[in-house]
Amino acid sequence: MKKFRLMMLVLVLLFSLSMLTAVTAQDEPFRVAVVSPSAINDLAFSQSMYDALLTIQAEMGEANFVFDFQEGTFVVDDAAVALRDWASSGNYDLIIAHGSQYGSVLEQLAPEFPEVSFAWGTDVNTFGLDNVFAYTAAADQGGFVNGALAALSSESGIIGVVGPVEVGDAKAYVDGFIAGAKAAKPDIEIQVNYIGSFSDVPLATEAANTFIANGADVLTGSAQMVVGAIAVAQENGAKWFGTQSSQSELAGDAGVLFQVYHWEVVLRDIIASIGEGKLGGESYILTLENGGLVMET
Amino acid sequence: MIEQLLAPSVFAAAMRLATPYLFASLGEMFGQRSGVLNLGVDGTMLMGAFFGFYTVMITESLLLGVLAALITGLIMGLVTAFISVTLKAEQGISGIGIYLFGLGMSELLYQRLIGTPKSVSGFSNIYIPGLSDIEFLGIGEIFFRHNLLVYVAFALVPVSAFILNRTPFGLMIRAAGQNPQAADAMGVNVTRVRYITVMIGGMMAGLAGASLSIALLKVFQQNLTSGLGFIAVALVYFGRWRPLGILIGAMLFSVVQAIQLQISAIGIDIPSEFAVMLPYVITIIALVFASKRMEKPTALTKPFERGES
Amino acid sequence: MFFSSPNQTIRKAFNRIFDTTPLLISLVAALVVASVLLIAMSTDPLQAYRSMLNGAVGTENAFAETLVKAIPILFVAVGICVAFRGGVINIGGEGQMIAGALAGVSVALIATSLPGPLIILFSLTAGFVAGALYAGIAGFLKAYFNVNEILSTIMLNQIAVQSMNYLLNGVLLDPTEAGTNHIPKTAKILAEAQLPRFSITLPDAIYGALQGLGFAGTPELFARTRLHYGMIIAILLAVIIYMLLWRTTIGYRIRAVGENENASRYAGIHVPRQIILAMFIAGGCAGLAGVVQVLGLQYRLQTDGSATGFTANAGFNGIVAALFGGLNPLGAIPASAVFGGLLVGAQKMQRDMGVPAALITAVNGLIVIFTVSSQMFARRRARRRAANEPPRSERVLDAAVNTPMEQQT
Repeated sequence: MKKFRLMMLVLVLLFSLSMLTAVTAQDEPFRVAVVSPSAINDLAFSQSMYDALLTIQAEMGEANFVFDFQEGTFVVDDAAVALRDWASSGNYDLIIAHGSQYGSVLEQLAPEFPEVSFAWGTDVNTFGLDNVFAYTAAADQGGFVNGALAALSSESGIIGVVGPVEVGDAKAYVDGFIAGAKAAKPDIEIQVNYIGSFSDVPLATEAANTFIANGADVLTGSAQMVVGAIAVAQENGAKWFGTQSSQSELAGDAGVLFQVYHWEVVLRDIIASIGEGKLGGESYILTLENGGLVMET
Repeated sequence: MIEQLLAPSVFAAAMRLATPYLFASLGEMFGQRSGVLNLGVDGTMLMGAFFGFYTVMITESLLLGVLAALITGLIMGLVTAFISVTLKAEQGISGIGIYLFGLGMSELLYQRLIGTPKSVSGFSNIYIPGLSDIEFLGIGEIFFRHNLLVYVAFALVPVSAFILNRTPFGLMIRAAGQNPQAADAMGVNVTRVRYITVMIGGMMAGLAGASLSIALLKVFQQNLTSGLGFIAVALVYFGRWRPLGILIGAMLFSVVQAIQLQISAIGIDIPSEFAVMLPYVITIIALVFASKRMEKPTALTKPFERGES
Repeated sequence: MFFSSPNQTIRKAFNRIFDTTPLLISLVAALVVASVLLIAMSTDPLQAYRSMLNGAVGTENAFAETLVKAIPILFVAVGICVAFRGGVINIGGEGQMIAGALAGVSVALIATSLPGPLIILFSLTAGFVAGALYAGIAGFLKAYFNVNEILSTIMLNQIAVQSMNYLLNGVLLDPTEAGTNHIPKTAKILAEAQLPRFSITLPDAIYGALQGLGFAGTPELFARTRLHYGMIIAILLAVIIYMLLWRTTIGYRIRAVGENENASRYAGIHVPRQIILAMFIAGGCAGLAGVVQVLGLQYRLQTDGSATGFTANAGFNGIVAALFGGLNPLGAIPASAVFGGLLVGAQKMQRDMGVPAALITAVNGLIVIFTVSSQMFARRRARRRAANEPPRSERVLDAAVNTPMEQQT
């Protein structure tokens, strides 16, 4: 008898404990973990995501939305370790791989953790998995706008473009920029230089100097190594058009227009989906229409 | 097309590109001539670049910025000398350690103290009166419209040559690197000479970093140099440990790099990857020709032990 | 002379401990400096190190990731042992890894009609040969044109990265990625061309004991992790290279040139050939590191434009591990595991404590500096000991190697 009562007690205790955790689970904040290749203050790709998370946090309140951010993880394999660690911990409602180079890692990882929701960008491919969201930005749209305005505001008729490596988001932006410039002013001369690196500031800066020497009075560029190029524009009285994040503080008077990524537009949808129990299978594109891309001065 | 590729602006760009190489390579040359290889130049450059930039950001004084870079380089040089000369560590590898330390430390400091990319008003261009107006062959544009540190870097070439070849101290440096035992027997303090040269090298590397962060780029970012210091070490070998040779090497590398930038800019259709690798390919080829009759300091990378042969 | 007195055995054991002591002291010293930096950033160093340890060996998955990280480091380190013993400073591990990966992935993508094990074998061979030939360029230029290998390998690293970017954007590009917004990567290799995941079935007794210690996994150790058979290949390679260096004439000659080039030349050793060979083997090992990353882990080659994105700095970390392992391939095995743990743990520390990864780069630099600096003490001890008695390994070596040498000359 005594044994039975003890067992009952234990059962009741366990039950109330599980109730307790269920209650706290409701109060639990929405937890997000993000890995990104560059620093969160790069004025470019990683910062765009960091700023978006801060926006969401401000909307939902710090008690309801928290996130962990592993920045500067340009080594793809290190990102793989982080993603796996987060996934296996079971502590996160959403795990974001913010970098197109992380795609193949996620393709391997996501099927092993079907109960965890992942998101990655910039791409549209969800690998046919129903726990992966994909997101990207129609960088060519803002590129087009920037390009058109750049062509119209150029007096010399020469524009310089500094690119990192000729792929992905950067290439989409540059291609859109060229198309926009040509549409606005068919005889515009556009000089493009992909310097072969996301980090070589000296080379990107000298590329900008080369454009200026060739007569360019408007410059643009994508990725985090353009900071020196922005300084060149400022110093030579040239105009600067940017993308990914707002660089207006650094560019000062030279900055004209920035295509800013507002990932919060995508994140809101993803968070809502997860709330409804849908863990993935959807892909999102930031555009000028849906407010994900905003042209800021 | 050829006209565009060889425009004066391309050579002016090469002058700017060559500036950090010249500072770092000339400094490294003193160390190597006395027998110490410092492969960690890039790390010292990054530290110098950071402290130079940070000081200018805080104090808005370019003089203090340069001073900060020099002191940073001096300290890094002192540490390098202690490791290589006193502790006699394998120089090729301890250099990698110094590089990694500088790379990590400068990024850490940047993240903690500055955070986000900012620009400073650094050295502005000085047009030398009269000379900068010379139209002939674009001489004015190529040579006389640069910031102060560019002029200083090029002026250091003859100065270094003079110190190395015409002063008693230069003789001591060469003796320490060529035959430390004999030098020691003649009363040269080999250890002290090596300490001094490595510290000079550190200061010049610090200045090389500052020439980027407060003169040429006017910004700081993590890994600002992106491996530039390693090329600087290569240029010392290429220049056969002579200031004039280093000047030729630095200019060759920089001209190729400037032409490469111009190739892409004016839209010559070769894959950007090939354009980017061009300077490295040319350097290897040039090294093949330059190394044939190499007169390397005999005691380079060899720690000095008194009483050993 | 083959039997040593107990007294000598004890002394030898002591010597071995003393030889590794400076290494451990340098590791501790680096961590002490790191603690100062952590405190300066108002982070509790003890908590940080606990997080690091937890991230390195705290769970089954963490331990597996440590080993995964160690695999390419070990491959490179084994090669570095040969190069450095041969007096060649190979800093081109990054480029050689890329060359090996490019060749290996090409073979794996072309030879799809072959049975899986053969694809793997050919792919590994291609990776070794490509890495070896790529390093061989630097070896050849050093041997015959006196071009400093430190510099040529640095240049070759840059050239390899750009070649990779070019090829992955062109002929090797995944056909399904052909849009303008594409990511430069190859197609995925066939499932049978992938190195299998590695797991151990624990005997009941051990499993029971582990459970008693709070182990939460299944008896299939590492079954749900990324650990793969590349680890076994790397360890086998370390043993083979150890034998090569200390049990064959080839190894003896390479080491002889590394120890004293002039004496070797007088002894009739063809010095340029040994330099090229040392570089060749070192490059081959690095090439294997590259191809094994593809076959065992990533299943495709992909670039973000930089070398590090793919190699994770293994080409440099391998040098550190080799040094830490006393330039002995067998010593490189534990050294690589330690470094793998350090790197994986550091990432965990970043996640848990918000400590920037840059701190770990700086601390790695300190470890290198302290390690090479502490070698002076090991050298001094070795010299004092050599004055008393020749170490056994050297005597065995002389016996094993000198005879064939004399027969050949």
